[in-house]
Parts: sequence; structure tokens; C-alpha cells
Amino acid sequence: MGAVDELVAAMNWIIDNLGLIGRLSLEHLALAIPPIVIGFVVSIPLGFFAYRFTLTRGLLLTVAGLLYTIPSLALFVILPTVLNISFLSSLNLTIALTIYVVAIMARAVADALASVDPDIRQSATAVGYGSWRRFWAVEFPLAGPVVLAGLRVAAVSTISLVTVGILIGVESLGYLFTNGFQRRIVPEILAGVVMVVILALLVDLLLVRLGRLLMPWAPRGPQSRKMVEISSRTAVPQATGSRGGTQ
Amino acid sequence: MNLIADAFGWLFDPAQWQGANALQVRLAEHLFYTFVAVLIAAVIAVPLGYFIGHTGRGREIAIGVSGAARALPSFGLILLLVLLVGVAQKPLAAFIAFVLLAIPSILAGAYSGIEAVDRRVIDAARATGMTEWQILRKVEIPLGLPRLIGGIRAAALQVVATVTLAAYIGLGGLGLYIIKGLALRDFPQMLGAALVIVALALLLDGLIALIQRFAVPRGVTAGRVSDVRSSSSRRPAVMETSIDERRG
Repeated sequence: MGAVDELVAAMNWIIDNLGLIGRLSLEHLALAIPPIVIGFVVSIPLGFFAYRFTLTRGLLLTVAGLLYTIPSLALFVILPTVLNISFLSSLNLTIALTIYVVAIMARAVADALASVDPDIRQSATAVGYGSWRRFWAVEFPLAGPVVLAGLRVAAVSTISLVTVGILIGVESLGYLFTNGFQRRIVPEILAGVVMVVILALLVDLLLVRLGRLLMPWAPRGPQSRKMVEISSRTAVPQATGSRGGTQ
Repeated sequence: MNLIADAFGWLFDPAQWQGANALQVRLAEHLFYTFVAVLIAAVIAVPLGYFIGHTGRGREIAIGVSGAARALPSFGLILLLVLLVGVAQKPLAAFIAFVLLAIPSILAGAYSGIEAVDRRVIDAARATGMTEWQILRKVEIPLGLPRLIGGIRAAALQVVATVTLAAYIGLGGLGLYIIKGLALRDFPQMLGAALVIVALALLLDGLIALIQRFAVPRGVTAGRVSDVRSSSSRRPAVMETSIDERRG
């Protein structure tokens, strides 16, 4: 049994099941997109409060940090108890994933708003912007690139987390994992893993494109310093310590 | 709320604390897997991260790896590795998966910690005649320590969550109660175990956060401004009108 034979077998499995993979990919996306969108929208006011007031900052960011800590499988079990919803439902998965998105994004939005130059904020006030209009016309657009960096992290991890839903009976590309495992079909699991990564990269690319389209003022280049800082901080939550090496 | 009472009933049932399936056994397994996996990942990722952070070489690769790793579904990775390594060697396969999942965060913590050190500080160290090795050991590593520990913290949480999922392949750990409870429709058991898992994750997170706080060299905290402001630290010229959101 050579490597070539195995490769052929893998290719055969994938070709025979293209329809299944395609259907599951669409279901996967349909499960991943609502939490990303809802979480993003909810995070804007939360992030604002975390940025604006010391009291709410501590409270919101601590709660967000704690929620982010909860392992997904445990959250799937706890949520139905707290909210009185069905355990084996896609609603359970959607709420759990939304919580994770909010946990990432609330901090990202707060950091993004803090990164806006205070001089610009004052200039906007000086030319007569009220606080509501200043937020939407000046502060939020300028915070946009950093918010986007956070959104990319949230979107990619959500897409990967949807797979865990198969354990509570919600069908996604995760179906290929459990089914492939039970039937001992390596190509099936591999196809699932690869497809999840492809979907994540596609959505990530889409977000980058969308960012360029909607925010032509954003710094170009692969990644601005601020964005690298945000994404490395999300990988390293709440890393305090020496920052601001201006190089 | 009956469910919660049932869950605690399950949790404090003496039967739960005896035998081969006792809670403390599963807890010990969970901790063992987490600890060993994070340790192995650190042994691999920390020197690599320090090399990248100090020399600046391979930085793009490190960013790419830690970004792409986020897209990797951990549950699928475990199952895939179990089939590839062999069902007979489940623990080995699972360990490989845990280590692979822990490496990116630790790598990011190690290199970004060093990268965040003010270039002027490093230049100053070089100017006083320190060798490259001394700069790394006496300047960059201590200053980068909080971020490294932050990376270890993220990795530990990731592994705790993944070990929970690994119960699906029969690896043990606290997730086993949930997977079994699922099949038996024993909700009190699932909820009880979920609460233990959450407590474990929060305690571990708190513990590492505490270590992280103490790891900041004293010279750095002295006179440090709040960690939230990363833009200009100037005070605005116009003070404390309604718009002012600066804090000292």
C-alpha cells in the first residue's frame, strides 16, 4: 500500500462526496455568520462603554475575559440551563459563539477607540460635532482598522469553533470529523479540516477587501503596527507590561 | 433551577469521588494533559520565539503561523491525528494535537514580548557594551516576560478546552462526563462536570494572570501610565470639557 494509492483513495473519497462537502460547507457558513454579525453589532456599544468609563471598563472587560475562558463544550451545557433553551439546538450553538465573539470584540472596540488621536477628537468637537455624530463620523471610522483586526480574529475562530457543534447535534463540517472517525476514513476528516481552514481564510480575505473598500483611509501595507499589536494581544490576552516600543 | 441543584447533588455525591471514574482522577488527568502539553510546547516555542524576536528573522512566518493556527479546528485535528498515529496510541496522538495547538500562542507571546521592547532600551544596552547574549538574557527576556506568560496563559486555556473535547476519543479528563452524560441523557452529570471544567479554567487563568503580574520587572512598573492608552500620552490642550476621556 503505497503513498500514491492512499492519495488516490483520498481523492476518490473527496470526489465521490463533493456534494456532501459542499452542502456541509454552506450549512457551516450559515451557522458561523450570524454570531459574527450579531457579536460585532453588540460589541460596538459595549466597547464604547468599556472605553469611555473607568467603572464599566473594568466590569465589561473582566466579564468578557472570564466568558472567553470557558471551554466551549462546558458552555454548551451551561447555556441551556441558564437560558432555558434546548440543549441540542442550533440556537444554543449560536448564542455560545456570539458570546465568544463579543468577548473578543468588546475589548477590540475599546482598544480601537482608545487608539484615536485625542487631537482629532478635540478638533471634531471644536468644529461643532456633537458626541453622537462625532462618534459615528469621526471616532468610529478612524478606529475602524483596529476594529477590523479584531473582527478578523473573531471571525476566523468562530468558523473553526462551529465544528464543535456536532457534539450537540448541530450539523456543520464537524460532521465529517465524527462520521470520519467512526468509520475510520482519514480523507473524510482531512477534507473537513481543510475545508474549515479554507472557509476561514476566504472570510478573512473578504473582510480585508471589505475593509479596503469601506475604509480607504486605513493604512495600507500588509499589517499596520497597531493591528499587529491587537492581533498579537488577542493571541496573548490581557498582556500587560512594556508596550509602546516605537522603533 | 432544579437542574443546578441536581448538578450539585451529582457533584457532592460520595460515589462521585470513589473508584476509577472518580472526579479527582478525571481532574488529575485533565491537569496532567494540560500541564505536559503546555510544557512541551513551551520547550519548542520559547527558544524559537526568542530567536525570532531578537533577530527579527522569520517574523512574517511567525505571524502567519499564529494567524493560520486560529483557523485550525482543534476537534478535527485530534480525530485526524488519532486515526493517523493509530487508535492504539490515542494518548500520543492527542498529545501531538495539544502541543500543536499550544505552540502558536506561546510563540506569539515569546516573540512579541521581545519585539515590544523599546528599541532605544536595546540600543542603550548595546552601547554600554553588552554582548548580544547579554542583551537577550538581561534586557529582552525580563522585559518580554509578561507577554510570554500571557501567551502561555492563552495556550493553557486552549489546551484545557481541547482536552475537554478529547474525551470524545475516550482519553478521559473531565469532558468524559459530558460525553457520557450526552449518551445517557444524564443532564445533572453533564452540568456538574461543566461547572467543574469552568472552575478549573477560571482558576488556572487567574493563577497564571497572577504570575503574569508578578513577572513585570519592578523598574518597568515604576511610573508606568495606565495600560490602556497606546496613542499619544500627551494631555489635551483643552482640559476636562465634556468630551475629555483621559485618565491619569
